[in-house]
Amino acid sequence: MAKSIVILDYGMGNIYSISQALIHFGFLPKLTNNILEIENADYLILPGVGAFEGAMKQLNELNLVNSIIKHVKNGKPLMGICLGMQLLFDSSYEFGQHEGLGLIPGQVVRFPDEDFEGTKLRIPHIGWNTLEAESNDWKKTPLKDFPSNGMMYFVHSYYAKPDNLEDILAITNYCGFEFCSAVQHNNIFGFQGHPEKSGELGLSVYKNFIDFI
Amino acid sequence: MKTIRLIPRLDIKGPNLVKGIHLEGLRVLGTPSDFARHYYLNGADELLFMDVVASLYDRNSLHDIIKETARDIFIPLTVGGGIRTISDIKSVLRAGADKVAINTAAIKTPNLIKEAAREFGSSTIVVVIEAIKQDDGRYYAFIDNGREYTGLEIVEWARRVEELGCGEIIITSVDQEGTGKGFDYSLSNIISKNVSIPVIIHGGAGRKEDVLNILHTGEINSIALSSLLHYDYIKKNKRIINESSEGNFDFLKGGRQNVQIDSIGLEELKKYLNSNNIYCR
Repeated sequence: MAKSIVILDYGMGNIYSISQALIHFGFLPKLTNNILEIENADYLILPGVGAFEGAMKQLNELNLVNSIIKHVKNGKPLMGICLGMQLLFDSSYEFGQHEGLGLIPGQVVRFPDEDFEGTKLRIPHIGWNTLEAESNDWKKTPLKDFPSNGMMYFVHSYYAKPDNLEDILAITNYCGFEFCSAVQHNNIFGFQGHPEKSGELGLSVYKNFIDFI
Repeated sequence: MKTIRLIPRLDIKGPNLVKGIHLEGLRVLGTPSDFARHYYLNGADELLFMDVVASLYDRNSLHDIIKETARDIFIPLTVGGGIRTISDIKSVLRAGADKVAINTAAIKTPNLIKEAAREFGSSTIVVVIEAIKQDDGRYYAFIDNGREYTGLEIVEWARRVEELGCGEIIITSVDQEGTGKGFDYSLSNIISKNVSIPVIIHGGAGRKEDVLNILHTGEINSIALSSLLHYDYIKKNKRIINESSEGNFDFLKGGRQNVQIDSIGLEELKKYLNSNNIYCR
């Protein structure tokens, strides 16, 4: 039977491109916020562009928080992209403090204005940057086809700080400042960059998420 | 790691890709999707689409082009021209754009930037500043593709849009644009020094050395390019184009030589920069 893939459509972000990325490999994702369809999904993708607070508000209003948590509790794979990755954590400090989904222990914080040597960091971090493996091995993750130093496209002002270092799947160095750019916690994956905007190599993240997780 | 961004800029008029000088005298160069695909396959870091007549005619005809592009081109797309309201932004993003570029509407109603940043995130909102140097030696912002003087001094305006929550600035030197005479260094420096958000410089590149030289200053790491790349593409791709649509086709029908521009392909340009210690994707 074909795998059921749901891209959560809660009004945030460029879901068209994520959907095209999956269609590129012959998958037929559903873009929906229907609770039944979400609960029947084998794979759930949580996209997101915009502000943390607004995104959580939307998820709450559409009653989707419980469905996402249930999906994860049933051991099914979840992948958060950009703001979607940040939502996986306990809380964010974007425009005040806001509670997240609490699926991965940690906080979301803003980039500092300067790196440790006092050089000005231009925020948002916009552009292509490398992903470097931390302690984890990428073989059994969506990054399986990524060479060490493979590049992804980033555009963000906030980044996640997982409490547990073993949840860090990749780190990225922005002008001397290192942050967690990919995360794994059991069957939950998160990417701060945009694999759907990162050429053929980026697209492999979607293919491998469906084929190998 | 600090990588630079090379961003092909595609000026669109109706169904055609066009190119002017000082944003005027638009020549038809071909079909936008052909250029977009070519640049995607040759390592473009992003693409910038500008509907160059949209704000004059109060129209926005880019949607179909964006939708078609986003179907199989997997790099970021920034779309500008004629975007006036929150709902305009929403519909361009829905069509597959990742960022929107705003000039005229930002100057007429600055609050649009604030509202849009709050709703879509700062990093989605790009402000275009079209600068022309005036007799007092200072640069001022123009709207409607460099046609209308606003009296806004650009440093003041750049700081203001950063405060309003814009995530990125594209600074166009209208004086240099399309001429191939090189970038305006003092313009790029003055903007880059006065804001903390990323700055994309546009206007003037006529040869590969122009690109290298501005990157070597270290202040600028993102560049929008059109003539330099477009003229290389049409030199190498002599396909017949559909002339049934509006526009000035004289250039394509003629010798296709642009003597001001020593054009170069994107891949070759990246190789050249890499060999000169400028790190590209």
